[in-house]
Amino acid sequence: MIREAFAVGDSVFHDADPRLKVLFAALYSMVVALSREFLPLAAALACSVLMVFLARLDGGEVFRRSLPVNGFVALLWLVVPLTFQGEVLARWGPLELSRAGVVLSAQITLKANGILLALAALASTSSVASLGHALDRLRVPPKIVHLLLLTYRYVFVMEQEYLRLATAMKVRCFRPSTNRHTYRSYAYLVGMLFVRAAARGDRVHQAMVCRGFDGKFHSLRDLAFSRRDRWTAVAMVALLAVLAGLEWHGRMAG
Amino acid sequence: MERQKGEAPPVLELEALCFAYPDGRKVLAKVDFRLDAGEKAGLMGYNGSGKTTFLRCVMGLLKPASGVVRVFGRRMETAEDWRDARRRMGFLFQDSDDQLFSPTVLEDVAFGPLNLGQSPAQARAVSLRVLKELGLEGYEDRITYKLSGGEKRLVALATILAMEPRVLLLDEPTNGLHPSVTDHLVSILNGLDVAFLAVSHHMEFLRRVACRFYEMKDGRLAVLNS
Repeated sequence: MIREAFAVGDSVFHDADPRLKVLFAALYSMVVALSREFLPLAAALACSVLMVFLARLDGGEVFRRSLPVNGFVALLWLVVPLTFQGEVLARWGPLELSRAGVVLSAQITLKANGILLALAALASTSSVASLGHALDRLRVPPKIVHLLLLTYRYVFVMEQEYLRLATAMKVRCFRPSTNRHTYRSYAYLVGMLFVRAAARGDRVHQAMVCRGFDGKFHSLRDLAFSRRDRWTAVAMVALLAVLAGLEWHGRMAG
Repeated sequence: MERQKGEAPPVLELEALCFAYPDGRKVLAKVDFRLDAGEKAGLMGYNGSGKTTFLRCVMGLLKPASGVVRVFGRRMETAEDWRDARRRMGFLFQDSDDQLFSPTVLEDVAFGPLNLGQSPAQARAVSLRVLKELGLEGYEDRITYKLSGGEKRLVALATILAMEPRVLLLDEPTNGLHPSVTDHLVSILNGLDVAFLAVSHHMEFLRRVACRFYEMKDGRLAVLNS
């Protein structure tokens, strides 16, 4: 499930105010996603790698986490260069390698990895709980914040319920195969999870009502913005300005 | 028991409470019950006897078909009455996972006090004090879902004690607990100066914490001789 392997640690990013990290991660992702020039994209990827180092994350784990995204990117490399119209770089029989397609695939590769690594360094170095509080402080609508926090809290309970049901099936010699019995049994399993989740939701709500809940959440935490955070913020703004400047300069020149 | 004039009203008083599910199945049949200030009562009953339904009616979470519920001497009629009464009633749920919904222990314990209108600083102070009283010092920043079953039960108790209730309703508080945690819970309950009704199917546990005993059978409440 959710292991939060990076949430605990000792680095600039672990100590930084989560609001700052969330805000910077959002702006950084936006700048990178909107860039087209290779210089700022490559620079951003380099910055992201640097951030992962600064956050002192386990390289192997970061690599494993990037695999699903890069699997998708690999799929794009297989399809996009061959299906795009335009100037042809190479030709093998009926297959044509288009220049625009290669450029696009390369941009997507740089953007995806740049953003992914930055999020690994920025977002995953906070616990989901403190990210929730940060979003709350950044005036994200409370319903979204509480959806995030309650999902995070109960996803584990649901997992336990799923495991209990799956075990109950296994001890009665259920072995999945490709037949109607299997499909029906899995449908029952999923249906039962929904029923239990709904019942659980009712009970949780009742428990909250018993403790005086009237639809408004009050927050306990005051986030402190330290002097170091201020310098981190300055560095982040400078980095955003440089990346945006490179992009703008590239587009003007091009 | 006749009540003298000028005496405090009972914290809970139920008269001829009836409850039936929409399918017509009767769960509670003319239940009378009374709990005085500071009184510690135990309710014994097996699965399906209607104990949990009874507690939910007492908390105003279920609406009885007929009968009267009085809390602190006031007759409960509107949702507003209930909201007001619940500020001074604590309900410990059977499954602590239903009760602990915040990511961290401190936030969960402070949830009630914050709802009562306390400032974050007050709520934090009250929560830390209650955690300390229950022997849970240092648990503030623990993640609720990572607690053991016994720890969850104690934290759940802390979440309601932090609201300084005048009456507690405990639904199977020892369910699934290790004997040593049960002992701890018994000593906590014996040290409390609050009226409570503990519901359990363990008579031995009830004997250790309560002084009046009831039994629920097929939706009827009977006084047990202690």
